[in-house]
Amino acid sequence: MDTNELIRAIAADARRPAMPMRRAWQIAVLAAVLLAASAFLVMLGPRHDLGEALRTIRFPFKFVVTSSLAVSALVLLRRLSRPTGAALDRLPLLLLAPALLALAIAAELLVVPPSQWMVRMIGTNSLFCLTFIPLIGIAPLATFLATLRYGAPSRPAIAGAVAGLLAGAVSGSFYALHCADDSPLFLAVWYTAAIAILAALGAMIAPRIAQW
Amino acid sequence: MSGSDETELAGLLRAAIAGDERSYAAFLEQVATMISSFLRQRIAHAAIDPEDVVQETLLAVHLKRHTWATDAPVMPWLYAIARHKLVDALRRRGRRTEIGLEGIAEIAAEHAPEPLLRRDVERVLDMLTPGQRAVVAAISIDGCSIAEAAKRLGKSETAIRVSLHRGLSAISARFRRN
Repeated sequence: MDTNELIRAIAADARRPAMPMRRAWQIAVLAAVLLAASAFLVMLGPRHDLGEALRTIRFPFKFVVTSSLAVSALVLLRRLSRPTGAALDRLPLLLLAPALLALAIAAELLVVPPSQWMVRMIGTNSLFCLTFIPLIGIAPLATFLATLRYGAPSRPAIAGAVAGLLAGAVSGSFYALHCADDSPLFLAVWYTAAIAILAALGAMIAPRIAQW
Repeated sequence: MSGSDETELAGLLRAAIAGDERSYAAFLEQVATMISSFLRQRIAHAAIDPEDVVQETLLAVHLKRHTWATDAPVMPWLYAIARHKLVDALRRRGRRTEIGLEGIAEIAAEHAPEPLLRRDVERVLDMLTPGQRAVVAAISIDGCSIAEAAKRLGKSETAIRVSLHRGLSAISARFRRN
């Protein structure tokens, strides 16, 4: 089969519909949120003092951190899922959430006495957090990896890691509704570790499944 | 690469994505020429046939055409795919290389020539199921349309389209493993 013969065969396949990447990501995000929400509601559910918590500063701030991570990871991931996404110039976007968290930690250290720093950091729910964020995030991660497979990532390991960050941010947003540890010190240690587990999984799996 | 090439190719690909086979064939022919000269400048490796990489690139362009954002320039997207396939071909020859655009020819030239591993066309077709092979051969080699292939093979046009698509996907996957 020479190149012209191959072109004939490919052209004859033109009418095969191919869902645009943009639409694929919309569906993936919707599916990931629904899957994470169901896993969360089945396994955990929101904390009982939700109404009061919403009137504090620390509780809502958890969602500022997780959603800023989600947005920056999604922007990057959509680029990384295309052949032209090899340039890593937008990677610093991922610093947004850590920067916000660092500011909050500075504020926390100013208003909380040093004797309480460790207590707040260790929290009451750390193992729970390390278990449930990855657990709730597994289905979203699978969804994002499947979407990467549908795409054509030039750097699958990096794309997979960012898929893990996005899955962790979605999962963490739900988990934060349950978790009673609201200090940014707790977030910085345990949420970060839990999300890193998903990122590592993504980085390991994506190069195996998203070859093209 | 001139701006008019860009505009023309983007227009052809947009029409192709909307299902126009004629535009698609014209697009693919231009891309084949363009990618072929791009690759020939960069492959000085006796074990790699640039034409194989051209074909792999065309298949990837086809199977991944949904990764082109229809409002984005098409050239960078095409070259990104060609580069990916070139790196892949070099890697399959057992060279783990970090390749910048400039370094490719030199890196490839350093290695001792290996026997020419030209992909055997008949063998590529042999990898397909008999049904897929008959369909792909009828359309590519004998130049049948979908309707003619359907009549000749006694199947529905839908079945022909499915076999064709699966056949092309299988050839692409086969290239990657070789």
